[in-house]
Amino acid sequence: MKIIVCIKQVPDTTEIKINPVTGTLIREGVPSIINPDDKGGLELALRLKESHNAHVTVLTMGPTQADAVLREALAMGVDRAILLTDKKFAGADTLATSNALAGALRNLDYDLIITGRQAIDGDTAQVGPQVAELLDLPQVSYLENLEVKENNLFLLKKQTEEGYQLLEADAPLLVTVLASSFKPRYMNVKGIVEAYSKEVEIWGFDKITVDEENLGLKGSPTKVDKAFAKGIKGAGEIYEMDPEEAVGMIMRKLKEKYII
Amino acid sequence: MELNQYKDIFVFAEQREGGIQSVTLELLGKARTLADTLGEKVVAVLAGHQISSKSQELISAGADKVIVADYPELKDYITEPYAQTLTHVINNFKPSVLLIGATTIGRDLGPRLSARVKTGLTADCTKLEIAEAGHLLMTRPAFGGNLMATIVCKEHRPQMATVRPGVMKKFDTDTTRTGEVIMLKVDFDKSKFKVRLIETIKEGKGKIDITEARILISGGRGVGMEGMPKLKELATTLKAEVSASRALVDAGVVTHERQVGQTGKTVRPDLYFACGISGAIQHLAGMEESDYIVAINKDKSAPIFQISDLGIVGDVNKIIPLLNERLKK
Repeated sequence: MKIIVCIKQVPDTTEIKINPVTGTLIREGVPSIINPDDKGGLELALRLKESHNAHVTVLTMGPTQADAVLREALAMGVDRAILLTDKKFAGADTLATSNALAGALRNLDYDLIITGRQAIDGDTAQVGPQVAELLDLPQVSYLENLEVKENNLFLLKKQTEEGYQLLEADAPLLVTVLASSFKPRYMNVKGIVEAYSKEVEIWGFDKITVDEENLGLKGSPTKVDKAFAKGIKGAGEIYEMDPEEAVGMIMRKLKEKYII
Repeated sequence: MELNQYKDIFVFAEQREGGIQSVTLELLGKARTLADTLGEKVVAVLAGHQISSKSQELISAGADKVIVADYPELKDYITEPYAQTLTHVINNFKPSVLLIGATTIGRDLGPRLSARVKTGLTADCTKLEIAEAGHLLMTRPAFGGNLMATIVCKEHRPQMATVRPGVMKKFDTDTTRTGEVIMLKVDFDKSKFKVRLIETIKEGKGKIDITEARILISGGRGVGMEGMPKLKELATTLKAEVSASRALVDAGVVTHERQVGQTGKTVRPDLYFACGISGAIQHLAGMEESDYIVAINKDKSAPIFQISDLGIVGDVNKIIPLLNERLKK
């Protein structure tokens, strides 16, 4: 079985703080990480490597610094790493990103493509299903579990608001997975040492199969009209008081608001 | 693309087991405002099986027209039959705008559809407006709620957006409204139906939905596992629901369905009690629209106090039991 995992390097948004005076983002010193849902995807692939002798390729698109997340994936145990990088890919929205990824995937062999459900910097959850459409593959999103049945048949558990669905699909297939369902392993020491001696393949526009007009800013149907820091709602009354006084104050306010 | 051929505000009417989802009614409310601004119509697209009787519910909630696709293949949501149906609607009716609920269904269907018809999709919008030039301005949070961005899709149609449940306000239901119902004929390409539904499992009967609660008692790190029973007691007294920040969900104290915030749910109750929640930006993004926010925290520099209406610097584990005692009297 051949598996390709698509991952994204993201800023650790839980580390981003807001300057309370200006309301602007403080991004200095924020570390870059493998997007959590994507890391869950790596874990699923590595479990299938162990149980079904799968060959695992990891693919990312980004600037050259994205090499770091591929090294981490190699240290976790993937077999092959590809960095998709080219000035022609820059400024892409989700659809143009999906076009570039699909362009690379057309030149690779796979039975299963795994992406994270969504990235923590954009939270769009769009790239997985868009790649599936562009490659004419069936998709199952919000994946909580996957079992391999006989000959290329997958049994899939998909999260819903009320519980879950059990689905069945044949390979080739694309799934988008939840970090909470696939707790990732740690890199092992041997893996970390080896990760830096392994090759990361660099693919530019000339290595992929896609119309140039579908890439980058030009290939993006959506554009950012403006971006702004969220205005901070003015703080209300704040009191430092002992529990007795505090309860009295809360009761008074809730009565004023007709809540009690 | 001939942009002027595209008009009207379309809403994907999500149904589950034949029941119209609340987010659909919220989207119809928003669509009504947008359509009135443009002098256009609101069109609901209802896909399912034996569901045409639900059309009036959509009209009462603001639709001028309902397009019904009634097929056994559409009984339960599966990506491909729904994607084919909506593609057919887009190609034949040429909507200017298509709004979809940001549910596990909408967030599966939306991107698939946008790639198929080659248009833009903006996820999880919190604000939708019409620009002077007539196009849609779609505002959404990014970077875990740290930044807001207004997105446009000027040269492609339809302009597609998803909106999370609980974000938009419903239109006041008017059962006397009338509208047109169109039965749609779809020729499915069944060779593409490659995912089969085996069964749908609902977990936990009477599962709660914190987005519907009028009062939420929400706990964070400062409450911990020990303080949770006290929060539950207060919730019972106030006929409220318990919710939590990510810290308690990650710690396994509270289930994910009760998580408020960027990776949880967006809520706007009448009263939000933030107990021992410091107020990480991801959390604030999910609750700052609440009508009245009471925050209790030991740390007076906690960011939660920047958005609370009433902030108490104090020990939540002492205040909550005492408050509960007083309220019961």
